[in-house]
Amino acid sequence: MSLSAQDIERIAHLARIRVSPDEVAQVQAKLEGIFKLIDDMQSVNTQGVEPMSHGLDMVLRLRDDAVTEVNQREKFQSNAPAAADGYFLVPKVIE
Amino acid sequence: MSWNTFATVAETKKALDAKQVSAVELAKHYLSRVSSINPALNAFITIDPEKTLSEALAQDNRRAKGEAAPLLGVPIAHKDIYLIDGWRTTCGSKMLENFVAPYSSTVVKNMADAGMVTLGKLNMDEFAMGSSNETSYFGTVKNPWDLSRVPGGSSGGSAASVAAGLTPASTGTDTGGSIRQPAMFCNLTGLKPTYGVCSRYGIIAFASSLDQAGPFAQTAEDCALLLSAMAGFDPHDATSLDRPKEDYSRDLSKPLKGLRIGLPKEFFGDGVAPGIAKAVDEALDVYRKLGATTVEVSLPNVKYSVPAYYVVAPAEASSNLSRFDGARFGHRAKDYTDIVDMYKRSRAEGFGAEVKRRILIGTYVLSHGYYDAYYLQAGKLRRLIAEDFKKAYEVCDVVMGPTAPEGAFQFGAKSDDPVKMYLNDIFTICANLTGQPAMSHPCGVDKDTGQFVGMHIIGNYLDEARMLNVAHQYQLATEWHKKHPAL
Repeated sequence: MSLSAQDIERIAHLARIRVSPDEVAQVQAKLEGIFKLIDDMQSVNTQGVEPMSHGLDMVLRLRDDAVTEVNQREKFQSNAPAAADGYFLVPKVIE
Repeated sequence: MSWNTFATVAETKKALDAKQVSAVELAKHYLSRVSSINPALNAFITIDPEKTLSEALAQDNRRAKGEAAPLLGVPIAHKDIYLIDGWRTTCGSKMLENFVAPYSSTVVKNMADAGMVTLGKLNMDEFAMGSSNETSYFGTVKNPWDLSRVPGGSSGGSAASVAAGLTPASTGTDTGGSIRQPAMFCNLTGLKPTYGVCSRYGIIAFASSLDQAGPFAQTAEDCALLLSAMAGFDPHDATSLDRPKEDYSRDLSKPLKGLRIGLPKEFFGDGVAPGIAKAVDEALDVYRKLGATTVEVSLPNVKYSVPAYYVVAPAEASSNLSRFDGARFGHRAKDYTDIVDMYKRSRAEGFGAEVKRRILIGTYVLSHGYYDAYYLQAGKLRRLIAEDFKKAYEVCDVVMGPTAPEGAFQFGAKSDDPVKMYLNDIFTICANLTGQPAMSHPCGVDKDTGQFVGMHIIGNYLDEARMLNVAHQYQLATEWHKKHPAL
């Protein structure tokens, strides 16, 4: 599989990671190497195989719909890059 | 007070229970050892002697009040991926350089309930992505046996700290080999339990369907004590196994007569360094002398472990790491034009190159039109690999082979070539994909390179007690695990 510079820019945008124009070629080369490794698995015929995500095939539990957390807003917001009056501050998103 | 800094967890527990030493004295001993030795190793990212000593005092007070706990007063250091309320928790990243955890992970809580005292937070590859501890924002960790070599990764600080006698034990996490490979590189015993045995709550997520917590120590006996404290059902982790607590030490003294060891031919191929193959063969002779028999097995699909892993792990990482957006916590760029630019610049600055690479791979394989070819195909391969093991267990009880195809390497040897780095985990990754328990114990030296060799034991689901029994019996008959570096 080959990735174009446009592919890298598209993925980087989807991932919300800035890749500067002079980094694109290097990222492209490294990712191509990794996809060469990954593409080894494409040759395996897996028709009819049930995909697995948990070795013991456990089923997710349900829990009671009850309040279990206490309000710790100040504690949590002490890690925020910018917060005021109980709000997280971000650039304006609604005109 | 004079204290053997290489005392095992079992010996430390015994000395504490006999009141030959207090938790405060032990904490002071190890903190002073950390301050003298750590600058050469860089195994710790954060220490907080005030917190440690107050924890130690609290554990001594529990004892004074007649309270009993299995590891009352025994020191432990935690990989910096475990949240501990009030402790800085960085995950080895600039992104979390100043993040102070607002709550504690279940594993840390369980160990504190068992009486353990936190010595500090250990260096690691950034977000646990790496096999050499070279991707940490806080610098590389040196292998205490040879400062020009890597300690392995991603739990490099966890391995180096125990090997150097800076703590009797440590915690790590293992997503593709991050406990077992550094255990081999630093001549330690390390265990990744069955997926779901240890809660993932409060452990910063890398690849949620693969991540497992586990212990590092000098011996299998210690790992059994530690796992007994760490493990247990936790309603906060949706994939935690709802089952009663286990005593993982219960079978340690069972003789190995009748044990059937499966040797997959795929683990003994051309890729393994000849010195490693030889050390593993010699260790298998010890097992045979102890009464075990060996049988060749085949795991034909295990060769797809690395490609499948480099789909599943980055895919899940790209999703998990989307929470680092510079809005609620973590690094935020200084200059940006709008909110999307803020995300992009904060993430570009806060993450290192390897983390970004994996997020990009994960984003790609999950993007529109690619899901079936990548994530779904990898999920199917996980099933095929698990079925290979199932078949193997019809004729054997445990599977063995080398933990890694080569031993501790020099700094820089692989850091420019991600694929070369990834292939170091070729034997360990399959146990994460299937969710089986696996461990590494010291079993000799590669005579060509002088580096340590680890015996990799993979077991059937929930068979940790048997695996620990197997490794313990080997350690009763051998001395490899008793070697310590001169520092």
